[in-house]
Amino acid sequence: MLEQHLVALPIILPLIAAPIALLFGRTILTWAFATLISAGACFAAFSLLIAALSEGVLSYAVGGWPPPWGIELRVDAANAFVLFAVTALSTLVLLYSKASASHEIDPDKQALFYTAHLLCLAGLSGILVTGDAFNLFVFLEISSLATYTLVSLASDKRCLTAAFRYLIMGTIGATFILIGVGLLYMKTGTLNMLDLSARIAALEASRTVNTGLAFIMVGVSIKLALFPLHMWLPGAYTYAPSAVSAFLASTATKVAVYVMIRFIFTIFGAEHVFAEMGMDFILMVLAVVAIFKCSYVACVQSNVKTVLAHSSLAQIGYMVLGISLVSVTGLMAGLIHIFNHALMKGALFMAVGAVFYRLGSVNIEAFRGLGKRMPLTMAAFTIAGLSIIGVPLTVGFVSKWYLITGALEQNNWLIAGLVLAGSLLAVVYIGRVLEAAYFKEFPASHDSKDVKEVPLSMLIPMWVLVIANIYFGIDTSFTTEAATSAAQWLFQNNQVLELTP
Amino acid sequence: MTELIDLVLLAMLALTALKIIFLKDLFAVVMLFGIYSFLSALIFINLDAVDVAFTEASVGAGISSVLMLGTLALTGRTEKENKRSSLLPLLVVTVTGAALIYGTLDMPPFGAANNPVHEHVAPRYIEESPKEVGLPNMVTSVLASYRGFDTLGETVVVFAAAIGVLALLGVRREKTDNVRQSGFTDHYVLRIIAKLVIPLIILFALYVQFHGDFGPGGGFQAGVIAAAAFILYALVYGLPSAFRVVGPKFLQGLASFGVLLYASVGLYSMFKGGQFLDYNKLAVDPLAGQHYGIIIIELGVGITVFAVMLSIYYAFASQTERGNT
Repeated sequence: MLEQHLVALPIILPLIAAPIALLFGRTILTWAFATLISAGACFAAFSLLIAALSEGVLSYAVGGWPPPWGIELRVDAANAFVLFAVTALSTLVLLYSKASASHEIDPDKQALFYTAHLLCLAGLSGILVTGDAFNLFVFLEISSLATYTLVSLASDKRCLTAAFRYLIMGTIGATFILIGVGLLYMKTGTLNMLDLSARIAALEASRTVNTGLAFIMVGVSIKLALFPLHMWLPGAYTYAPSAVSAFLASTATKVAVYVMIRFIFTIFGAEHVFAEMGMDFILMVLAVVAIFKCSYVACVQSNVKTVLAHSSLAQIGYMVLGISLVSVTGLMAGLIHIFNHALMKGALFMAVGAVFYRLGSVNIEAFRGLGKRMPLTMAAFTIAGLSIIGVPLTVGFVSKWYLITGALEQNNWLIAGLVLAGSLLAVVYIGRVLEAAYFKEFPASHDSKDVKEVPLSMLIPMWVLVIANIYFGIDTSFTTEAATSAAQWLFQNNQVLELTP
Repeated sequence: MTELIDLVLLAMLALTALKIIFLKDLFAVVMLFGIYSFLSALIFINLDAVDVAFTEASVGAGISSVLMLGTLALTGRTEKENKRSSLLPLLVVTVTGAALIYGTLDMPPFGAANNPVHEHVAPRYIEESPKEVGLPNMVTSVLASYRGFDTLGETVVVFAAAIGVLALLGVRREKTDNVRQSGFTDHYVLRIIAKLVIPLIILFALYVQFHGDFGPGGGFQAGVIAAAAFILYALVYGLPSAFRVVGPKFLQGLASFGVLLYASVGLYSMFKGGQFLDYNKLAVDPLAGQHYGIIIIELGVGITVFAVMLSIYYAFASQTERGNT
């Protein structure tokens, strides 16, 4: 029976589990339950990815109503790939949360924390799996509300201002997307993505549809924190609880990148968005500015979480840059970077969370001498940091390799050079932390007995990600195959329009 | 004639919005928000969208105003002077507005019968839904059955809002004898009128809940109206008395229960061999199945919305009372 409902499982498992989790009285039960559910969703996502790679597309009509009348869930290689990354990260972060969250979050609120995490997971899965433009908005709201809650749960009171900023910007972004979808509905009379695509293609050039496109692109750009609409992100990632930073940095904005890809390639068509509207140039410029501006800012920050947040903004730049190349290789580089970035940023934020767990600070000063005191944590930080830089044998190298290949395919030496130059800035901001950790002495003023390795329950998820960083950096067959077929699917999907009632 | 009414209403809407921007007294702003919602509700009625109008009136003008006033009780009622330059925001808003106007240039003509929205999916909803779903109110058919997954999502959005408010404010239950007697103890007129009105409000909520299949109404509106009755009770008789009627912990459970009730319909239809939320599978006769399904999920929506709205009010009010004592 479950086989038949596989497509729906990654959404409805966490969706139903969230209210149940609230009913458990004990935190430990809530945690165990949430982790179990997330693992189940991850397993379902993995099965979906395998099925999507072999069968192409899986469709599920919720309520038994055929699309476009009812809501369709539609899984292909592209969303299955991102879904697998999101559910896997969610599970690892939950494992990590047991020690980290109980340290950082008020005991009364931990049950709410796990409930919000499940809601966020359900929202993100829903955005990824749905084949309906309005349904996407509904799940966007669920994940956003849960995200604001998660950010606001930290003990540092500055998280409240950060969460509020995030709430305002996120709501504006969501409203823009809703206006865009409304305009599209007005011109087409449908909300199903494939149906929209067919009916938009059939329309003559229309100012209403183009306005819809503009609103959706701006709304999604706020959600994915594309420069210059990124101001909400550094605060949110800096002041959120460590586990939340790890989860959001590796999933939330990346799902928004997926939404952008889906709207461009499936609904509007790459031809229209890039050739006729010239958005590839706008995206490319913004992406390059994001890479350099945000990497530079990352180099001069003293709070390591802020450094990583700005690094995330730069990495988003790389993903958008891949999209803006308008080629299968470029898009594939963007998609594979979504997966790879989840692995590296997840590991980095977990390592920083571990430092916070022991020292109560994530300032770069706090990292002095930790290479000896917390060797495993700092080794994890080092390897994941090398991955961000793009050193061979790590996943970061794979991403940049394909991005540069994509640029060179079009003889775009400038972009290829800029990608390499961006990596040099990553050397600086990661290098500063490593310098503090390995080449500075542990300050004598600290009580050295308290500063030791963190519990295994935090180290294991961190190291799973680190090993994945290396494994998928060496054996790239799985990720490249998935990302390539996803990219090819998205490009050819334009021509395959079987749904014309 | 309807055009004229529309024009007048839209003009009033624009005036209200402008006034809201320039007023510094937040209490007046909340009142204007309420007026704004009522005006929108009237426009919706003019568009023959009574269900939307009903929701706008009960949620936008009703419960939102109460919750905003609850916030003002915590924060104070005048807006802080904003010293930052408003040039950039003005530019952004102007560009956005200009883009929206640009978008109207190719819009299908207002109210024309051959617009895309009337010709694509809508005909099936209008022609087939009485046979397929069996409800006279097609709006309910669409939102509860054809697009039932969206409505489940919206219910979860409401639930997520409650999680957010509880995480930020929480409802701490003070020992009743420590708390200064709250509510309007001396206002006998209020107390007696409230006693008279509360049962009627609850009765009306139940009517809206169960009549949603046949006329305007449904779980969202009913939940809000029922919550309003309890909020009135809490206002007049004090928070501790309201806690004795429905406690905050119980409400949390109720909020979860509503979502679970909705979802359980989906799970049961899966168990019966259908897709998630396929009400046809709930009974031997598909039409009867649709009917059961819609009644149960609307009930789930109503319960969650009621519990969440009341919880949010409790959270605000208990903060205010703690501040007072």
